[in-house]
Amino acid sequence: MIISPRHTQKIAFSLLSLCTVLVIAPVFVIIALIVIRGGPGISWEFLTAMPRMGMKAGGIFPAIVGTLYLVSVTMLFAIPFGVLAAVYLVEYARDHALKRFVEVAIVNLAGVPSIVFGLFGLGLFVVFLKMGTSILAGALTLAIMTLPVIITSTKEALSTVPRSFREVSLSLGATGWQTIRHAVLPNALPGILTGIVLGLSRAAGETAPVLFTVAAFYLPRLPHSFFDQVMVLPYHLYVLSTQVPNVKPEVQYGTALVLVGMVLILNLFAVIIRARFRRRKQW
Amino acid sequence: MKIKVEDLHVYYGSIHALKGISMEIRRNEILGAIGPANSGKTSFLRTLNRLNDLELHVRMEGQVLMDGEDIQKINVSLLRKRIGMVFALPLPLPLSIFDNVAYGPRMHGIHKKKELADIVEKSLKASYLWEEVKDRLSSSAFKLSGGQQQRLCIARTLAVEPEVILFDEPCSGLDPISTAKVEEAMLELKEKYTLVLVTNNTKQAARVSDRVAFFLMGELVEVDGTSKIFTNPRDNRTGEYITGRFG
Amino acid sequence: MLRIFKTRETITKIQQRQISEFIIEKLIFLSGLASVLFVILIFVFLLKEGVSLFKTVSLKDFLIGKFWYPISDPPRFGVLPLLMGSLWVTLGAVLIAVPLGLGCAIFIGQIVPRSLRDYFKAGVELLAAIPSVVLGFVGLVTLVPLVRHLFHLRSGLTVLSGSLMLAFMAMPTIVSIIEDAFNAVPKSYREGSFALGATQWQTIYRVLIPAAAPGILAGVMLGMGRVIGETMAVMMITGNAAILPKSFFDPARTMTATIAAEMGEAVRGSSHYFALFAIGIVLFLITFLVNLVADFVLHRKK
Repeated sequence: MIISPRHTQKIAFSLLSLCTVLVIAPVFVIIALIVIRGGPGISWEFLTAMPRMGMKAGGIFPAIVGTLYLVSVTMLFAIPFGVLAAVYLVEYARDHALKRFVEVAIVNLAGVPSIVFGLFGLGLFVVFLKMGTSILAGALTLAIMTLPVIITSTKEALSTVPRSFREVSLSLGATGWQTIRHAVLPNALPGILTGIVLGLSRAAGETAPVLFTVAAFYLPRLPHSFFDQVMVLPYHLYVLSTQVPNVKPEVQYGTALVLVGMVLILNLFAVIIRARFRRRKQW
Repeated sequence: MKIKVEDLHVYYGSIHALKGISMEIRRNEILGAIGPANSGKTSFLRTLNRLNDLELHVRMEGQVLMDGEDIQKINVSLLRKRIGMVFALPLPLPLSIFDNVAYGPRMHGIHKKKELADIVEKSLKASYLWEEVKDRLSSSAFKLSGGQQQRLCIARTLAVEPEVILFDEPCSGLDPISTAKVEEAMLELKEKYTLVLVTNNTKQAARVSDRVAFFLMGELVEVDGTSKIFTNPRDNRTGEYITGRFG
Repeated sequence: MLRIFKTRETITKIQQRQISEFIIEKLIFLSGLASVLFVILIFVFLLKEGVSLFKTVSLKDFLIGKFWYPISDPPRFGVLPLLMGSLWVTLGAVLIAVPLGLGCAIFIGQIVPRSLRDYFKAGVELLAAIPSVVLGFVGLVTLVPLVRHLFHLRSGLTVLSGSLMLAFMAMPTIVSIIEDAFNAVPKSYREGSFALGATQWQTIYRVLIPAAAPGILAGVMLGMGRVIGETMAVMMITGNAAILPKSFFDPARTMTATIAAEMGEAVRGSSHYFALFAIGIVLFLITFLVNLVADFVLHRKK
C-alpha cells in the first residue's frame, strides 16, 4: 500500500504534536501537583515560624530568610561583574581573538556542572580563603555560577541599543564610559534587569553549589553575619524529602510550593519587564 | 582659516575611502560637500571629529589641523566638543526635550539647574525651536515632528558651544518646509560658527553654502566658491554631476 | 551666545574625566577577563585537591577500578561504577530526549501557528525555571512509584527513572538550540522545496533537518552536558548504588550524586575528600569537552 504524502504529513504532524504534549504537559502537571498538595500546607505559621520536632512540624522561616539573604549577597557580587563583562564584550573588545576566547570561556562556565561549582567553592572560598561554610562563600560560588546568565542577557540587551545613540553621545564630547553610562545602559536596562532576575531565580533554586559552601541541615535561627551558615529552601526540600523519615507530605509539598512560587514569581517578573519594554520601546 | 586638511587618506580595511584630500575650511563659512553615494564625503566629515575612530580596522594618513593644532593630538572629547555634529536622521536620545539638550553640558560637568536651563533655552532659541517647545520641555523628544527633532539635534549640538558644526545630510529625512527651517537656522549659525554641510541635494548646497567641495570616488575633485562651482566648474565631472548626468 | 564653558576649566574637567575613564576601562577589561579567570581557577582548584589522591591511589586504579568503597578498610576509589552510572543515565536520557526534543522543536518552531508559538515556548521555558531539587522531589513521589509498578520492580529507584527525569530536564536546552538551528536555515531553501511541490513535512524532513544538522547536533551535545552535570534530581531518584549497572532497571550512582552525597561526610584532607575532587576533575573535563565541541559546531556553521 502506498501512503500519499498528505497522509504521511498528517501522521508525522500528529507524532510531533504528541512529542510536544509529552514535553509540556508534565510541566503543568508538576506545577498543579505542587500547588494542589502544597497549598493546604501553607499558612502564616508555616512561612514565619521556626521548624520544630526535627523539621517535621513548624515552619520554614529560616530557610526562606536564608535563601533571600544568600541570593541578595550573590547578586551584590554577580551584577557589577556580569554587567561590566558584557560591556567589555559589546562595547570595548576590539581584539577579535581575545573576545572569542572570553566568549568560549563564558560558554564553558555556563556548562560547568553545578556540583563542580560546589567543589570549587569549597576548595577556594571555604578552605583556601578560610571563609568557612558561610553566606559569603556560598554567595561567591553562586555569583560565579550566575555570571554567564547575566552576561549573556546583558550582552543581548546592549546590542539592541542603536549604534546611533553611542555616536550621538560621543559626538557631543562624552567619553566612552559616559556614553555607556548615560546613553547605552539606561536604554538596555530592561534587558539587563531581565537577565538579573533570571540569574536570581537560578541562584535561588540551586542546591548543589550551596551544599558544602553555606547550607545548614538544621539551624533554627536567623543569620547574624556574612560568616554564618544558613538554611536554604532547596536544600531544605532535599533534606525533607530524603533525609528525614516520616515528614508529612504537606510540609514537603509546602516547601516545594514556596520554592517554586519564589522562582516562578521571579520569572514572571522577567517576562513582564520584557513585555513592557517591547511595548514602550521608541526606536 | 579654521581647519586645514593635508593629504588625508582614510582606509577601512582594504578599502581606500579617501585618497589624498587637501583643503581648507574657513572661519564662519558654510562649506558644502557634495558628491554621489560612496564618494567619501561622509567619511571626510567623520574624520574631522574623529568619529571614524569607532570603525574597526580604520587607518588614517595625513593631517587635519584645527587652529593649527593636529586633531589627533587634541583630547578626543575636547575635539568633539569643539567640532559638533548633526546626523543624517534626527537622532534624539530617548529622553525629554530638556534632557536631550542638556545631555552634552552635563557630560562636560555642568550640573547646576539654573545654568542648564539657561543653556537649554539659548540653544533652542538658536535653532528656532524654543517657541514651539518651551511649554513642554519635559515631554519626550520622540513626540516632536521630524523637522522639530532635527532642530532639537542642532540645539543639542549648540549646547556644548562648538566652534565647528558638521552636518551630515541633515535634511535627508525631512519635508520641504522643515528643510527650509533647518536651512534658515544654518544661515543664522554661520555668524558664530564654522559649518560643514554634507548633502546629496545639490540645490541645497547651492542655496546655503559659501563654497562647495565636490567629492568623487574618494577624491576631492575641486573646491571653490558656490557660484563658481555651479556656473563654471574647472573639472568636467563636477559639471556633469551638477547637471545630473550621474550620481 | 554666552560663553558658559571656560576653556581652562573645561580642560581640567576633561583631565579629571580621563583619570576616572582610565580606571573604569581597566575595571571593565578585568571584568571581561574574569570569566576566563574563573574557568581557570575552577580547574586549578579541582586539580589542586584532586591530584593529592594520586599520592595514595594510582591513576589506573582510580580510572578503571571497579569498586567505590570510600569508607571500607582499605578504601577503594574506583571511579568506573560511577562513570558508568553517569553514562547509563545519560545514554538513556539522550535516547529519550533527542527524538522528543527534535519533535517538540519542529512542532513549536515550524508547525504551530505564529500566534500560539510564544505560549508553547513559555511552557518549555517554565520547565527550565523549576529548580532541579523540586523536580527530584516530584520524581521521587510520582515517577519512581510509577516505574516500579509499570515494570514490576522491587524499587523504582533506577537508571530508567533518572533517564526519564533528566531527558525532561534537558528539554529546554535541546528544544531552544534546535529551534535556533531551524531558524538559521535560509528561507530560500524552504521556498525552493515548496516550489517543487513538496509538502510541509517533506520539506522539514528532507531540507530543514539536513540543513540544520550541525545545530541539532550542538543542541543534543549541550543537552547531554546538562544531563551529565545534573546533580540533585538524579541523586534523589536513581537509587545511588555504586555498582556497575547492567540494565536500565538497575539502580545507579552517578559521579555528581557521589560528590553531593559524600562530601558532607568526607574528612577534609583525607583520601576520600581528594577522591571526590578527582571525580570533579573527570566531570569538569567531560563537560568542558562537550561544550567546546558544541560551541565549535555552532560557530563553524556561520
